[in-house]
Amino acid sequence: MNRRVFLLSGVLFAAGARATPAEMQAAMRKVLGGATPRPGKVRLEIAPLVDNGNAVPLTVTVESPMTSQDYVKAIHVFTERNPQPNVLSVRFTPRAGRASVSTRMRLADTQAVHAIAELSDGSLWSGSAEVVVTVSACLEDGSGPI
Amino acid sequence: MSRRAIVTVPKRAKRGEVIEVKTLAQHAMETGYRRTQLGAAIPRDIIRTFVCSYNGEEVFRMELHPAIAANPLIAFSLVASESGTLEFRWSGDNGYAVTETARITVV
Repeated sequence: MNRRVFLLSGVLFAAGARATPAEMQAAMRKVLGGATPRPGKVRLEIAPLVDNGNAVPLTVTVESPMTSQDYVKAIHVFTERNPQPNVLSVRFTPRAGRASVSTRMRLADTQAVHAIAELSDGSLWSGSAEVVVTVSACLEDGSGPI
Repeated sequence: MSRRAIVTVPKRAKRGEVIEVKTLAQHAMETGYRRTQLGAAIPRDIIRTFVCSYNGEEVFRMELHPAIAANPLIAFSLVASESGTLEFRWSGDNGYAVTETARITVV
């Protein structure tokens, strides 16, 4: 076994591990349970062009008064082309005041990021954002000693 | 493995005010998809769950997946309803468990 074989196997592994839009749809169906979300209310703030996919700031905000009668119960974020479609799920209570969450995510490729919001009245809303990535996350090897 | 986390919460707030809470946990968030230069798979090691409680009541929860970047930043809002303690708990693979607290005075 030489280094070239290992590097090649790493490339093949990375290609095989990539989720497809179909896998993302399957992950979304688990959340949606057969329902179709309406587009709207969900806003994703993410840079349209990112240099480094290893830590991309993301903020997801849903329009809601956040009262005990009308609030956002959950937000789920998915990607089309990362190795796994799931990114995060958050659960809110009316005590959050605002239905908003910020984090930093990994992006393996140029792709769309999707979010689904579950509201307290049972309605489902969706939003998405397209991101162009020039340097992917997940491509570098671990930098351990040889 | 270091087990530290930082939280930023305003010390004082007006009753009913929406405050911003920022948290940062020190963690590599190893995806499980990387390999060493010798080709061995590096096993997955991530924070899976983050929970914030306000005077003992859960107010915010997040499930994390490998697509969250290393040293996870989680920022969210809360209504300052009463003085007391905010408790933050991170838990994950290989028994990772970190708890941090912050005091808030509501006037």
